[in-house]
Amino acid sequence: MSRIKEEKGFSDELIAFITEWKSKPGNLIMILHRVQQEFGYISRDSADTVALMLDIPLASIYGVLSFYHFFKLTKPGEHNIQVCLGTACYLKGGEGLVDEIKNLLGLELGGVTADGKYSLEGVRCVGCCGLAPVMTVSGEVFGKVTKDQLPGIISKFN
Amino acid sequence: MIHMKINGMPVEIEAGSNILAAAKKVNVNIPTLCYHPDLPAWAACGLCVVKQENSPKLLRACAAPVVENLSVITHDAELYQIRKTVLEMILSTHPSSCLTCGRNGTCELQRFAAEFGIREQPYEIRLTDLPKDTSTTSIVLDPTKCIKCGRCVQVCQQLQGVYALEFIGRGDNTVVSPAAGLPLNDSPCIKCGQCSAHCPVGAIFEKDDTREFVRAISNPDKHVVVQIAPAVRVALGEAFNLPVGTITTGRIYSALRRLGVDKVFDTNFSADLTIMEEGTELVKRLTTGVGAIPQITSCCPAWTDYMEKYYPDMIPNFSTAKSPMMMQGAITKTYYAQKANIDPAKIFSVAIMPCTAKKFEISRDENMYASGFADVDLVLTTREFARLIKASGIDFAVLHDEPADSPIGMYAGAATIFGNTGGVMEAAIRTAYTLITGEELADVNITAVRGMDGVRTGEVDVKGTKVRVAVAHGMANVSTLLEEIRSAREQGAEPPYHFIEVMACRGGCVAGGGQPYATTDDIRGKRIAGLYTDDEKSVYRCSHNNPEIKQIYADFLEKPLSEKSHHLLHTTYTERKIYKK
Repeated sequence: MSRIKEEKGFSDELIAFITEWKSKPGNLIMILHRVQQEFGYISRDSADTVALMLDIPLASIYGVLSFYHFFKLTKPGEHNIQVCLGTACYLKGGEGLVDEIKNLLGLELGGVTADGKYSLEGVRCVGCCGLAPVMTVSGEVFGKVTKDQLPGIISKFN
Repeated sequence: MIHMKINGMPVEIEAGSNILAAAKKVNVNIPTLCYHPDLPAWAACGLCVVKQENSPKLLRACAAPVVENLSVITHDAELYQIRKTVLEMILSTHPSSCLTCGRNGTCELQRFAAEFGIREQPYEIRLTDLPKDTSTTSIVLDPTKCIKCGRCVQVCQQLQGVYALEFIGRGDNTVVSPAAGLPLNDSPCIKCGQCSAHCPVGAIFEKDDTREFVRAISNPDKHVVVQIAPAVRVALGEAFNLPVGTITTGRIYSALRRLGVDKVFDTNFSADLTIMEEGTELVKRLTTGVGAIPQITSCCPAWTDYMEKYYPDMIPNFSTAKSPMMMQGAITKTYYAQKANIDPAKIFSVAIMPCTAKKFEISRDENMYASGFADVDLVLTTREFARLIKASGIDFAVLHDEPADSPIGMYAGAATIFGNTGGVMEAAIRTAYTLITGEELADVNITAVRGMDGVRTGEVDVKGTKVRVAVAHGMANVSTLLEEIRSAREQGAEPPYHFIEVMACRGGCVAGGGQPYATTDDIRGKRIAGLYTDDEKSVYRCSHNNPEIKQIYADFLEKPLSEKSHHLLHTTYTERKIYKK
């Protein structure tokens, strides 16, 4: 276990959590949630470690990881930009915001800028449809966003 | 027993059966695409829907168990339309490039499209353009043709315990692929090809090497020498509408000569050679205490690959004997080349195999070049060989039998049963008995090790000494045996077995990943019966009595486990990572 802590960077709490849930049915999703909570994403190395600790095939882990949008396989940027593509935001031009951010930062949905500063993802409903279209940057919510506001919003986090 | 009705016809059937089986009993075929009798029902495709009388509910015949008094309608106008719609939807994401597909003529989807008279594609066509995975030398994955039936995933995980393939992604974007977007060759894949044998369409298929074969036989500088594996002779006939299990050995020799091959040999000769080497190795381990017990067979390249990845602690238990194919390759370019006075550099050594892993085995490590050249240059599966024969205009079904060439073509009955589960064990016992006692077995039929149970164990009485043996087939079944050995070893207890035979594919090589399609347990049984018939009809039943075997030891190898044998016929194993990357 100390090897997992030192080499894989799993915290004592995470290791204890996995050990506690190891033999309980339906444990995989919970464990992966905790891994993502700790690292912000689930790296191949982390997935290998979970496979080893739970003695399950890596393929089964990737089956789950790739099924749920929630799980991220790449390290998010320092500032994660989420653009809402739920019904209201979509109708109010959420997709246009995505396209504009792609242009401004030179990345794709799910991608990270070369300097690791920003990442971009589409999400479903942030819970404030009245402010559509909505986006968040590092958890800060911006409502009724227009394309021309985007450079300003992004530079705020530079 | 359950009593029910299929289209009004009374059926009596065992509890736990599915509706498909009940319908079969009254000669009704319900179409299926995702279902395969080797695998648990998965209910993915929806083609097998049937109606329950007096109920609005549709049942999937593959997954719905029979129930007392159940009355089922399997075919009517509405079900016809539903099935047609299911097919049209599948076809909306499947390319219509049948003419250039490896499954042209054997595709299950194509067959149903023909039977249901699909003439139009009413739904929007949405094809993927994902690239093929050609990373292995054995099998090709073409995601554009995948219908997501899940057979390959189930085979890889449940039947083989390999977990190379998994459903990755969801919905429309689901693909069947190894974890982490890796190519197959970097995954745990053991190249057994069971995925390709179970795929209903052309999404997974053997790497086609027929062109290289044709190039070799048309090259006057190449001396083309061919060996055929035991299991090929009882399966190839299926491609020519011969009854399942027909022994076609003589016709295969004849067809090879018509194709322009220079010498026709037989892997069975080297199966006998394997028994001499592996049997002697076993006797040595048993009588001198040198070497780990149990000894485990190593003929199956998929099993060897699996062991190196998943059970490297068993390396000392592995027989160092190469597979018959690799032995045959090594002696072809040494012993035969010398005898025939041919430059081994000019020999092109081809193996016709029931197996896709054999394509990988020929270059698995430097031991496969023991002759100083590639011991085997090319492997063709039974399916590729069948295509070649057809394309060459050879009327295979009515060819006359011809004999194999000397000096490495003759075989004993013990060799031919290498193609089925339990066969290597039986062949080894026949010879080990003689090696230990100096006497011939009164009855060479070792029926105790025959059968289809996934794991079989037993005891063989060698003049008072009890030899404990075990046989496993279907890769997922091997773990129970290996865990038994591990736990005995950890406790310092006596090993539970002395000798273990493992074959990766269910039924053994007769149902290998390169064999004709549509293999089921019924077909496995018939092919195995064919091999036992071949064994019974053989002049010599035991490997050590094969005259050409005696000759190769007298003229060339000296004795089993000699220095020359070690150099040419034995190999080493290496621990390998489950994922290369």
